[in-house]
Amino acid sequence: MTDATAQDAMITADGTPLKVSLNRALRREKLRALMLIAPLLIFILVSFIFPIGDMLIRSVQNGMVSQVIPRTVTTLEDWDHTSGETPSEEVFQALTRDFMIAVERKDHTRLGTRLNYERTGMSSLFRKTGRRVDDLGEGYTDQFGDLDPAWEEPMTWVTLMGHPDWIAAQAAWDGEGAEPSFRLRDGVADVLPRTAEMYAAFAQVVQVEDEDSPTEEEPWHIVYASLYEDLQADGVDVTSLSAPILTAALEGSAAFETQSMRDGFIEIEEDWADPEVWGTIQAFSSPVTAGYFLKAVDLSLTPDGVEPVADNLTIYVELFWRTMWMSMTITFSCILLGYPIAWLMANLPDRSANLIMILVLLPFWTSLLVRTSAWKVLLQRQGVVNDTLVAIGLIGDDGRLALINNVTGTIIAMTHILLPFMILPLYSVMKGIPPSYLRAAKSLGATNVTAFRRVYFPQSVPGIGAGSILVFILSIGYYITPEIVGGTKGVFISNRIAYFISDSPNWGLAAALGTILLVVVLALYWAYDKVVGIDNVKLGG
Amino acid sequence: MNVQLTAADRAAQGDNLIPFAMPITGLLGAVLGVLLGQLVGLNLVFGIIVGTVLGAGVAFVLCRYLDYVPGRWAAIGGLALLGLIFGGIAGLVAGAVFGAVLGWCAYWLHSGRYRAGVPPYATPGQVLWHNAFLLICGLILFFLIAPILTIIPLSFNAQDFFTFTPKMLAFDPDGYSLKHYRDFFTNDEWTVPLWNSLKIAPVATAISVTLGTLAAIGLSQSHVPARRAIMAILISPMIVPLIISAAGMYFFYSRIGLQGTYWGVVLAHAALGIPFVIITVTATLVGFDRSLTRAAANMGANPVTTFFRVQMPLILPGVVSGGLFAFITSFDEVVVVLFVGSAGQQTLPWQMFTGLREQISPTILAAATVLISISIVLLVTLEFLRRRSERLRGLSPG
Repeated sequence: MTDATAQDAMITADGTPLKVSLNRALRREKLRALMLIAPLLIFILVSFIFPIGDMLIRSVQNGMVSQVIPRTVTTLEDWDHTSGETPSEEVFQALTRDFMIAVERKDHTRLGTRLNYERTGMSSLFRKTGRRVDDLGEGYTDQFGDLDPAWEEPMTWVTLMGHPDWIAAQAAWDGEGAEPSFRLRDGVADVLPRTAEMYAAFAQVVQVEDEDSPTEEEPWHIVYASLYEDLQADGVDVTSLSAPILTAALEGSAAFETQSMRDGFIEIEEDWADPEVWGTIQAFSSPVTAGYFLKAVDLSLTPDGVEPVADNLTIYVELFWRTMWMSMTITFSCILLGYPIAWLMANLPDRSANLIMILVLLPFWTSLLVRTSAWKVLLQRQGVVNDTLVAIGLIGDDGRLALINNVTGTIIAMTHILLPFMILPLYSVMKGIPPSYLRAAKSLGATNVTAFRRVYFPQSVPGIGAGSILVFILSIGYYITPEIVGGTKGVFISNRIAYFISDSPNWGLAAALGTILLVVVLALYWAYDKVVGIDNVKLGG
Repeated sequence: MNVQLTAADRAAQGDNLIPFAMPITGLLGAVLGVLLGQLVGLNLVFGIIVGTVLGAGVAFVLCRYLDYVPGRWAAIGGLALLGLIFGGIAGLVAGAVFGAVLGWCAYWLHSGRYRAGVPPYATPGQVLWHNAFLLICGLILFFLIAPILTIIPLSFNAQDFFTFTPKMLAFDPDGYSLKHYRDFFTNDEWTVPLWNSLKIAPVATAISVTLGTLAAIGLSQSHVPARRAIMAILISPMIVPLIISAAGMYFFYSRIGLQGTYWGVVLAHAALGIPFVIITVTATLVGFDRSLTRAAANMGANPVTTFFRVQMPLILPGVVSGGLFAFITSFDEVVVVLFVGSAGQQTLPWQMFTGLREQISPTILAAATVLISISIVLLVTLEFLRRRSERLRGLSPG
């Protein structure tokens, strides 16, 4: 009987071939396992992985400039900041429109704050401009008004720009319930594109932000300015709109005095004439930026490309190095203090080892805040440690040691807090080293030192590795303890991240610093997984 | 305790009283004398002389004329009496401690027990090294445990100081009070956060334990596709530094309107507790005999009945200890709640953190002592559960 026939012959009780039946059972089992895991997986994805992803995206996200001043960004594309000249009038016209809408939506201060991260003074520039931008183009309003006073009537504009259906609905609206939202008249956008766009924006702002009716509000000056621009464009034909007032305006506007938006802006604030300001806007107008990451490594994205920041402003690289070397010092102190204890536990009879284990686990289980507050209390200038040292005469009363709010405080407290994380893996490795090896080495003539150095120590290295990586990973991400006992000199990169989230909001930079830290930690974990295996993580022995 | 000297001990010991035990105990006495002398402001030389004489004297009298138990008590009593005469209550305590230390030292040296940890053929240098090593270990353990134990007596301070007042050192009852505890349990500044913590932690724990146990059971099945990847995702909240989790959650939760709400904090804490549940329950399931569920199914139990009647009772210790880990994670957590929570979700650790950062009030010591007591209770519970679990799984005779 061949294999094939054997398989053909294998049939289960209900007549299906065994192979099919087994596969079906296996599939069902897999499905059941996945169904059990699914709720948690979804939960973790939503409550944890998405937030982390959100942070990663934020570190490069830069949509604000192109969202708030889209027209300016488009017209600015052709401008070259190295020319040393301010952009053309066209750019300023676009900026006036963007700014008017942004001011009504109160977006301009947000944008100013955002750009202020890159160039100081931007925030006040935007704020100041925002207060006066609605005066720009006033000359056009007056000139249109001189031409025909009807231009200053809101209804003139409504009939010219509004869709007949909307006008009827708006007239029927009694002020209660939802206001019918503005619709442009057919064809007006083709003839008067800028005016239509601005009027629509105006109508929307009036309806949504102010909750008024466009039929009762005179349009912004920039709408008049846009109308002037549209009428001055080549080959404009207003006959299709069949509005006599517009035809008259087309003829009359030719004699209008042109108002420069550029001069208007520069009059509000001289900085608008500065090509560097425009260079900054241009450099940060793309929706994705490496600017935050560059800043996180003490470089800056300037209009001229990537440049290192001034020496007196470099902080992050130094902070990363400090985080690294302090974590290493803490790790090393943990090895130094943890190794003897782990050895003692591994070589004592179980009963005594258990007692020591409890002494190790008690701090491990005590609230982090409790241990940190203990150190804060003990290490103070008037604290127990200094008092004791003074009392037994090791130091004078005027020579009290500065043990807190500096690097020393952070290292002492964190070594204490992380020591159990070193002892536990060391202990579990040492427990597995047979004591007979040391005895054998000694009976072969090795001295105690040689036996330890050549036989015992090499076997305990995996424990040192596991403990070191664990302690190092935990310490580079620490926030609470350095914040409380570290002062200004003993803080880590995490404290800077927290600072940029709450104290001085710059979420993009916080996200970039966090991403770098996350990458370092994940790389270390990958190493940890190679050395020990994540599955071997043990909790409290 | 009667010290039975073995033949080897006697050989090693000889009669080492005069050349060995007496001088060393005297040296210890000198050191203690200097420390105490400095403490009460005595002359340095005087401290050394008195200490040496006392140490050597204790060693001589005890080892020559007294047995171990009466000897220890005689040393404690004698020096305590001496302390009482010269220094009142504080002197009594200091004298008793001195007596205990010197008496123990004298017998330890004289009876040869200092060699107990090393083989009989060890050289004096090795014996010295061995005992120095033990001393170093003792100091490290002291470093580990002392900070926690020191703040317990400090929390009973009658003054608003963070150090031992002279009255406390003199064991004057007036120096101690429960006023910080009264403040902790009556002041809104502390009771509200405590109550908030108690509202958040159990709900977060319930979510972690329910979902975590289900998933751990799913993960322990024999055919799970992409098990390592799933495991990595589920463990990730433990791996990612808290500040990064907090930052991400802050950004994301403010986007979806959860930032500053009770449920936002609960969700965040549940996510942080899950890895602990997964790890402990998975570890318990490793020892679980699958034939038991098959046997149950064979006898007609449906999967739900099988789970609650057969599997659950056996993995319960793992589930409970995972739950305890999750609970303490949430109860202790401060970084995430600082960012995700708002004033309405101020928890106990948060209050402690702001207290430590801004103006530190001694009530914090009372809070810390309460938390230490809770951790001790939890530690004991966990140890008990671990033993029970091992016994159930037949890993140790129990």
